[in-house]
Amino acid sequence: MSNDTIKYTPEDTNYEGKQDFTITVYAEDRVGLLNRISIIFSKRKINIDSLNTSPSEIAGIHRFTILINEGYEVVRKLARQIEKQVEVLKVYFNTDSEVIWQELALYKVSTEEITEKVTVERLLRQYGATAVVIRKDYTVFSVTGHKEETDALVKALEPYELIEFVRSARVAIIKDSAGFHEKLKEFEADEPGEERVENEFLDKGDKIFTM
Amino acid sequence: METLQDTATKKATTSSPTFKGTGSQMLLNALIEEGVSTIFGYPGGAIMPIYDALYDYADKLEHILVRHEQGGIHAAQGYARTSGRVGVCFATSGPGATNLVTGLADAQIDSTPLVCITGQVFAHLLGTDAFQETDVINITTPVTKWNYQITDAKEIPEVLAKAFYIAKSGRPGPVLIDITKNAQLQVEEFETYVKCNHIRSYRPKPKVRVEFIEEAAKLINSAQKPFVLFGQGVILGNAEREFKAFIEKTGIPAAWTIMGEGAIPTEHPLNVGMLGMHGNYGPNVLTNEADVIIAIGMRFDDRVTGRLDKYAKQAKIVHLDIDPAEIDKNVKADVGVWGDCKETLPILTNLVKENKHEAWVALFKDYNQQEIDQVITPELYPAGEEMTMGEVLRTLNEITGGDAVIVTDVGQHQMVACRYAKFNKTRSNVTSGGLGTMGFGLPAAIGAKYGAPERTVVAIIGDGGFQMTPQELGTIMQFGAAVKILILNNQFLGMVRQWQQLFHDKRYSFVNITSPDFVALAKSYYIEASKVDQRAELKKALQTMIDHDGSYLLEVMVGKENNVFPMVPQGCSVSEIRLK
Repeated sequence: MSNDTIKYTPEDTNYEGKQDFTITVYAEDRVGLLNRISIIFSKRKINIDSLNTSPSEIAGIHRFTILINEGYEVVRKLARQIEKQVEVLKVYFNTDSEVIWQELALYKVSTEEITEKVTVERLLRQYGATAVVIRKDYTVFSVTGHKEETDALVKALEPYELIEFVRSARVAIIKDSAGFHEKLKEFEADEPGEERVENEFLDKGDKIFTM
Repeated sequence: METLQDTATKKATTSSPTFKGTGSQMLLNALIEEGVSTIFGYPGGAIMPIYDALYDYADKLEHILVRHEQGGIHAAQGYARTSGRVGVCFATSGPGATNLVTGLADAQIDSTPLVCITGQVFAHLLGTDAFQETDVINITTPVTKWNYQITDAKEIPEVLAKAFYIAKSGRPGPVLIDITKNAQLQVEEFETYVKCNHIRSYRPKPKVRVEFIEEAAKLINSAQKPFVLFGQGVILGNAEREFKAFIEKTGIPAAWTIMGEGAIPTEHPLNVGMLGMHGNYGPNVLTNEADVIIAIGMRFDDRVTGRLDKYAKQAKIVHLDIDPAEIDKNVKADVGVWGDCKETLPILTNLVKENKHEAWVALFKDYNQQEIDQVITPELYPAGEEMTMGEVLRTLNEITGGDAVIVTDVGQHQMVACRYAKFNKTRSNVTSGGLGTMGFGLPAAIGAKYGAPERTVVAIIGDGGFQMTPQELGTIMQFGAAVKILILNNQFLGMVRQWQQLFHDKRYSFVNITSPDFVALAKSYYIEASKVDQRAELKKALQTMIDHDGSYLLEVMVGKENNVFPMVPQGCSVSEIRLK
């Protein structure tokens, strides 16, 4: 068997260089598991760009979304190490083109400043921002989108006394995923069923979205 | 947060409460249900309720009081390694728990099944920096396969069942269960204990995929120079027979990592020796000539591979492992066979053709002859006055015939013992492979003896390593573990000295270690002991040690500045192995 069959070949995968990967972890909801996962990165001195923990489509199953900038081989090994943890059910990792993702950003600016020097309507239109709170002393806007978009508004607001800025971790939906309900049935079975795909990255070559 | 009972494991079929008692009693019942008979431990404040309960279980559970918690966990490791069962150790909170960390790291990297129970302060004191409180769960997370803190006694049966299942299934490893004092004292009605055999988020064995085994067989069948590298996975999978059948049918020469040593007898004609930094000449050089390498239950540690970018680049790699994370981790596999080798090897054996790679096996013999002439003969039959470690091992082999369990510490004596000790049986070589823990030898030997009481257990330890855990002589004294302790004293931290000699211009920086009178030390613990510094006395002294009824310490003075060869210098390819 040649090496080619175990290669992962979406068009934008750069095997050599670093790129953004979104790692999606389905896991039991358990105290301490976040630590167990995060030390897999810190042990290798790899920085996590963002990390989000959230419920998933299934009650009791937690979903971690981890964003890192690394090479494909490194990410694949990390994914295997994470999946090896007893309370982790499944790990997927995807390039940006394979996921739909959003981040939420909040901006606090002086209301006086913004009403005098720039029109609120212009900001709202141009950056797709929403005014969350408008008070006499300050206004809070929110923008949902990609990093480049939320960064653009930071730049735009800089001349107008941006008082506070915060951006959430990335949350992402995998385009090619059918969700976890079916997979969970396989995990809950005592004996692995025939349909249970174990070596899927070896199976499907370029069709797959997982390790 | 949901509890474990809700999500992680299958609920046992409900049955009427059958046991009313404390969490501590339930814990001990669970150990008995899991077949535990021996515990290595040390009491303290936060684990006192468990020890109080243990007082009434003396007829069912033998507790060995060690002299330090590190000794306790290494003993549990030794026990697991020779018996194939889960080693169990107890420690209290705080310093008791932190003293386990080295053993946990050692067991994690060497895949040793352990369940460690630590006491913890009352749940209401957690996070208050209470007396002897330490965050043992977070401290041990990187060095455990799984860990869990119990704050409510109701969790004890299910968590213990999970702990044993996780420790021993799949790729084994250490599990730590931290139990707060209130949970130990809490009185509950417990349901019938049910062993765990399924956790939905945990897949100990990947599903065996025959198509990949077929690919592997194709490669093996077309190979001209196939070479098997095997590790402890063969032993952990109880697959020694399946492994032997595979190499005998294919006629493929097989070399071992030190963790895999003994899976086939030393004298098996296809056993071509040891891999790695101080391994044999042929296996290292020919790694870079083989056309197909079949790695079985081994993980391509850097001490085995040397420089990776010059490692077996010409070969197709077939890698059989139960842990998918090991495949492609260090060496890229052309065919990865996921699964327990107990299951995959018989399928593979069925698919491969009978063969005899006579010329290829003969090549190993040629290299071996060069090694015999240049390294082995001078080491085993030295011409000089000074005794060598190798001749001590040769003499020991003559006495034990290869039937003894050999436990080693870490350093030159370890490499010499692995190179020259003869093994007839599996589960006979107990050593700290991955972590390289000095101080492992003596306590591990105590556990090894409990794990295989019918066998002779010889602990071979250097003068440096012995001084890291000598307190366990007290355990031997009190419990009479009949361990034979063989100290090979070269008056140096020999392996570090060797490196300083070869790579640091002989600048001997803090490797000159002095020793106490080991014989007097042993005798102060009422352990019979003697010392030899003359070749003429060696055999008789070793014979006395082995024949002695009970534990015995023998110190052998060996040459001060002998080096272990061959050697693959760090940063070099395996084919650049040096004979001197």
